[in-house]
Amino acid sequence: MAKTQYYVPVGPIHPALKEPIRVEAKVEGEKIVEVDVKRGFAHRGIEYMGMKRNAIQTLYLSERICGICSISHPYAFVVTAEKALGIEAPPRAQYIRTIIGELERIHSHILWLGVVAHEMGFDSLLFWTWKGRERLLDILELLTGNRINYSVFMIGGVRRDIKESHIKAIKDMISYYRTFNQEMKDVFLSDPVYKARTRGVAQLSKKMALELNAVGPVARAAGVRMDIRQDIPYDAYADIDVRAVVPQDIVGEARGDAYDITMVRLYEIDQSLDIIEYCIDELPEGKLMAIPNYVALLAKIRRTQGEAIGAHEAPRGEVIHYLKFDGKMDGPSVWKVIAPSYNNINTWAPLLLGAEVADIPIVVAYIDPCMCCNDRIAVVRDEDGRIIDPATLHRKAVEKTRKLREELGVRE
Amino acid sequence: MTPETLVYAFTFPVLGVFLGLVYKGIDRRFSARLTSRIGPPIRQPFWDVGKLLLKETVVPENAIAWIFNAMPIVSFAASMTLLLYIPFGVLKAPLEGYGDLVVILYLLTLQSLAMAIGGFASGSPFSSVGAQREMVLMMSYEMPLATVIIGFAVIYRSFSLTTIASTPVWGVAGPLAAMGVLLLLVALLAVTPAELAKLPFDIAEAETEICEGMLAEYSGRNLALFYLSDAVRGFAMAALEVVLFFPFTLTSILNLSLTGTAYYAVEALWFLFKVLVIYLLAITLVRTSFARFRIEQASRVFWVYVNIIALVGLALVWLGV
Repeated sequence: MAKTQYYVPVGPIHPALKEPIRVEAKVEGEKIVEVDVKRGFAHRGIEYMGMKRNAIQTLYLSERICGICSISHPYAFVVTAEKALGIEAPPRAQYIRTIIGELERIHSHILWLGVVAHEMGFDSLLFWTWKGRERLLDILELLTGNRINYSVFMIGGVRRDIKESHIKAIKDMISYYRTFNQEMKDVFLSDPVYKARTRGVAQLSKKMALELNAVGPVARAAGVRMDIRQDIPYDAYADIDVRAVVPQDIVGEARGDAYDITMVRLYEIDQSLDIIEYCIDELPEGKLMAIPNYVALLAKIRRTQGEAIGAHEAPRGEVIHYLKFDGKMDGPSVWKVIAPSYNNINTWAPLLLGAEVADIPIVVAYIDPCMCCNDRIAVVRDEDGRIIDPATLHRKAVEKTRKLREELGVRE
Repeated sequence: MTPETLVYAFTFPVLGVFLGLVYKGIDRRFSARLTSRIGPPIRQPFWDVGKLLLKETVVPENAIAWIFNAMPIVSFAASMTLLLYIPFGVLKAPLEGYGDLVVILYLLTLQSLAMAIGGFASGSPFSSVGAQREMVLMMSYEMPLATVIIGFAVIYRSFSLTTIASTPVWGVAGPLAAMGVLLLLVALLAVTPAELAKLPFDIAEAETEICEGMLAEYSGRNLALFYLSDAVRGFAMAALEVVLFFPFTLTSILNLSLTGTAYYAVEALWFLFKVLVIYLLAITLVRTSFARFRIEQASRVFWVYVNIIALVGLALVWLGV
């Protein structure tokens, strides 16, 4: 008897998805036999907008790329812009940036833990973790004035200082989260149902992680020791010996499944707390901005010709920004963003194939996908700065291929 | 059929719907409090039903319309009939003598079956996956449920609920059989969330996986009927557990000498209290503290663990009687 095949459409609107993307799965009973991931439902054109504005405006625009980690993109942006402009942030500013970056990592990880619990119907855990996360948002509000979209980074520094009175609150928070994280570890890593639902689900081998270009906790859970903070240290990370958290260091082996990724995220919270503690204790004295005058900063940008690639290890993985200043405008003439979800979504199709329908939400959630991070338009300009339309771009590509073939002597 | 039976037959469903919705409201509120939320007001399920009844009833284009529309009615009718078989405290069940525990077993199955058939008839892939899961789940929990009922038949030599309710099982059974009955209680409590499609066994309706599964295509009046039958079934299942395992009357515990209206009022409130405690322990607490199982894990839980518990319980009961 031929088995009946159903076609289960997940998305663009589905309870398991918080943002639009489409997973088309053909199922036989519970088993997925064919899968197709379609992306491109969120068009915002932020890069294009950024190229029309000055660099400071673009920096705050970059905060709006991601809905949850509002510091990942500005962090990568300031690191890149400073590299391109040849300025260095004062040490105190660097430490403050690191503290805020790590606070953000903790809140993003706790948020993910809640979301993945919700995906398997464990709503009590969702409410509990999100309640525990509130304290961190309070600290972020204390330090920056906002709970989300902090607007505190600046090219060559930060805009707000950490005062003496804040330090006690941060230290209290650190001790609170040390206890809370221990409780979370006890719950997530030893709950039998959580274990039953995540062990062996979304299992990514080290080879597959490298082939599919996975980044961040997804790659680390598969045993790949990669972390921008360890490989290309910037700001305060240069003074701290940050080691990528991989499961083989914790339990001796890396299976790369959803359970391992939970473990990696839980232990990264500990690591972030250590980094914040170090930064608070060793906070250098000094000024906050390399160029405090915005007019002077914009004038410097207008004079600068140069380009740079910078990266920041966001909670989800590496965020890479490319900036080019052409010496004519006070903003970037080219701005290109690569977000971690762009790489990690590649893992969905191979992982879903052969999995069960019940695993779809966990596979979808385990990379902590962010659609608004990775859907954007690409603008290509010619030598005179005019935007090239798709037809011309296609023609030019064909011409170039033909030219290359002629040069190399390749025949059809 | 006596006029008394007719009065019962009309008042019980009305009362059943009212109590079912009130208990659902309390359940939602209690669950919210357990997870540090405020939760909806207790009358919220009434508003929900009212809203659903006002909404348009949509039938999907490729659904088999008559089956799709009939199944909510079948499910609602089954849950209403179920109520008539359960003795309400010291009152006799209205349909006493017209059926017994075996009929209850079938009526409980009929509701799940109606939902599964409705899901298949809707033609939606989510509903089809949900209906398949419901069938698998039903096959898994029917065996322990039947074992529990057989256990009672072994003790009382009868399937009649009124007989069971009038003499508490703990008095009839010897020490060995009492241990067996305790195991049967555990098995029945494990089956309860699956029977009512609540976490951790709401696999057939899994919201984040298949968008409420069998109910995905239902709306308006049809969904209201499923909602009502779900509420009534929750109350009936908890009431059944009370009747089977905790039929003690308050007057017998406290040695009160009440008569007439006072007696019936006190016993009714005592019965409702017992049902509420069972409801909150077996349904609300469980659904708040577990994650959803995968279907094959749920099957394993019932076929292996719950089945072993129920069969050992049955064996002890058989040896002890």
